[in-house]
Amino acid sequence: MTLRKVLSVAAFTAAALTLTEAPPEALAQEKVQFFPSFTGRTGPVAPNATPFANGFWDYMKLVNERGGINGVRTLVEECETAYATDRGVECYERLKGRHGGATVIQPLSTGITFALTEKVPADKIPMITSGYGRSDSADGGIFKWNFPLIGHYWIAGDVVLRHIANLEGGWDKLKGKRIAVGFHDSPFGKELLPIVEERAKRHGFTLQLLPIPAPGVEQKAIWLQVRQQRPDYVILQTWGIMTPTAIREAIAVGYPMSKVFGTWWSGAEPDLRDIGAAAKGYNAVMMQHGSSRDSGVIKEILEKVHGKGQGTGPRAEVGDVLYMRGVVGAMLAVEGVFRAQERFGKGQPMTGEQTRWGYENLDITEARLKAIGFDGVISPVKTSCSDHMGSARARIHTWDGSRFTWSSNFINADESIITPMVRASADRYATEKKLTRRPASDCNS
Amino acid sequence: MIYRENGQFKVAYRDDQQIFPIAQDRWFVLALLAFAFLVVPFLFDDYVYKAILIPFLVLALAAIGVNILVGYCGQISLGSGAFMAVGAYMAYNMFVRFDGMPLIAALLLGGGFATLVGIVFGIPSLRVKGLYLAVATLAAQFFCDWAFSRIPWFTNNSSSGSVAVGRLEVMGWHINTPVEKYLFCLSFVVVFALLAKNLVRGAIGRQWMAIRDMDVAAAVIGIRPTYAKLSAFAVSSFIVGVAGALWGFVHLGSWEPLAFSIDRSFQLLFIVIIGGLGSIMGSLFGAAFIVILPIFLNQFLPFLGSLFGVTISTALISHTEYMIFGALIVWFLIAEPHGLARLWSIGKQKLRLWPFPH
Repeated sequence: MTLRKVLSVAAFTAAALTLTEAPPEALAQEKVQFFPSFTGRTGPVAPNATPFANGFWDYMKLVNERGGINGVRTLVEECETAYATDRGVECYERLKGRHGGATVIQPLSTGITFALTEKVPADKIPMITSGYGRSDSADGGIFKWNFPLIGHYWIAGDVVLRHIANLEGGWDKLKGKRIAVGFHDSPFGKELLPIVEERAKRHGFTLQLLPIPAPGVEQKAIWLQVRQQRPDYVILQTWGIMTPTAIREAIAVGYPMSKVFGTWWSGAEPDLRDIGAAAKGYNAVMMQHGSSRDSGVIKEILEKVHGKGQGTGPRAEVGDVLYMRGVVGAMLAVEGVFRAQERFGKGQPMTGEQTRWGYENLDITEARLKAIGFDGVISPVKTSCSDHMGSARARIHTWDGSRFTWSSNFINADESIITPMVRASADRYATEKKLTRRPASDCNS
Repeated sequence: MIYRENGQFKVAYRDDQQIFPIAQDRWFVLALLAFAFLVVPFLFDDYVYKAILIPFLVLALAAIGVNILVGYCGQISLGSGAFMAVGAYMAYNMFVRFDGMPLIAALLLGGGFATLVGIVFGIPSLRVKGLYLAVATLAAQFFCDWAFSRIPWFTNNSSSGSVAVGRLEVMGWHINTPVEKYLFCLSFVVVFALLAKNLVRGAIGRQWMAIRDMDVAAAVIGIRPTYAKLSAFAVSSFIVGVAGALWGFVHLGSWEPLAFSIDRSFQLLFIVIIGGLGSIMGSLFGAAFIVILPIFLNQFLPFLGSLFGVTISTALISHTEYMIFGALIVWFLIAEPHGLARLWSIGKQKLRLWPFPH
């Protein structure tokens, strides 16, 4: 009885301690820039989200090895969301104030992005959602704190369709074709649809929409439809274990792999490794980077981080597609801080408000990319007050049975179509929320 | 010693029929309310309100609703997530489609629509019972999941299927800060808990309990099963619907059908079972257990690890959290099958004799 009492008292005290005050950081006196990392190391997206988290952390370690951000060390703390929105919101609330305040949020989930879009303006923390989240948040006039840097779903969707049109020999050849879109039945999946619907209207091809319920381990009924209707192409907007399942089912119904195109989140090694040669010919659109094992930054990570036994994940995965995505995500986050320091004081930790300016005025040139080892990985990024995306191009890579190889050059998305769509959608959001467009005077804030 | 009713004489039936017939209980609850309204808002930082107290309050409210149906009327339902979704989406529609719709009216109207849906999906309860009914209410869950992700009207034609609400305001009071949101939710919970408590103490609550205990006998003594069962569905879905609207409006701010998936229905059922079937207090305990414990474990484990100089990986923490949480549920159900509310009442009984148990 007494032991039980002691235990319960101990548990309660510990509970009170952990819940009311976070354990004090030993690094408090050192200058640090805190980057929270929202991970999906468990749950339905674990195979894909884990390499991202590893890459993110490894690059932050590399930045410290290089001497920090003008002397300010990067600090990463992870919080596990398992791709669930409510846990993501909890993680955000938990981490946003730690270690002097979060620099930038990268939620790695469209659902969490939607929820946090409502919260970040009040907390004055910018949010980078490269290739996911709200496509309309590229409009900086309404979404002051969101940065879908280097592209969003509509860019990916447009590039896939453009690539298909190129294969067919022009947009006019798509008339009368049938294109199936298998998508994660959630905001993540549906965000792709406006652009394909717009393109279908313009060029006269029919769409076959195939919503796949999460987590997507059971897709027989969906692929039966593909078998019956034999669409000319299949586009997959899937994530996590949904992707390999879809590819397996496509193979099972005898659908040719060369006609299947994944979007940015549906074409990485964890999706295809186990299927191997059977998936030869599978394509995916990459918002700029793919697997880049021979890039400068990967060599540097192998030498300075993994070489010292400091690596976050398995060494064998370093340089894979999703690992690279984590690295690129971390790089963008850090470059914004570099940029902000130029204006607000070199060698100082930046607040969320200051880094927001940094992300809005990013100018990562070819020379800068070369200096930090990203030449050939991505192309230059330049943002502005109205354009929070910075670049609108992508390329296609193809699975050769054991690894991905590039099968197209950079393809630019047609911004004359996408920009009005982004603006219209952003305006709709603003009307619903009773917001007004930022005045030009707000641009330098 | 401190918890005795000696000397508290009841001179009228009214006194005997109060919610808390014992003076100490009354004072304790009043003090607790005063504490929750006046002291708690100054105690914590934003994290505690946003990540712990608000979800706790909203889920407690939903659990009160589910408890009316499952605990008091004995109709097992797996459609609670769906009724939350109806509340949230209809409140959203009321809010954005009618200019100048007051917030509270929108929330209550959301609950009103949930009531209608609840009654419709409650109709099978007139024919099927127990587990079969649970399966029948699953239909509500799947139907609503389908409707809110497929019918664009519900989401105001949002391309992604995700909806968001703007500024919350009640009669000039902007509900912005976490503390204000906490107070807003707390007021809802207090009002609804009081209403629910009074309902279950009254004639209608007795009818529900009679139906739960033995529906044939209840019908024989003149209780109309149709009326009793459907009214339980109606009241329960109304409260659950309002909770759903609060979950969307106040806690998430932006949501998608996934926020009210089947997992939510199970979660609410677990809250009610762990908290105690047929107990308003139990709903609060259950919600606290289900909401706070995982978050606590998630933060306590790294802390524990750091005491011993071990860094626990993020994934391992998550796995351990599930394992401990699962083990605790099993242990609780073995140790006290009637839920946390029963532990509470046992505690009170012991306290009456304390410190002289013989």
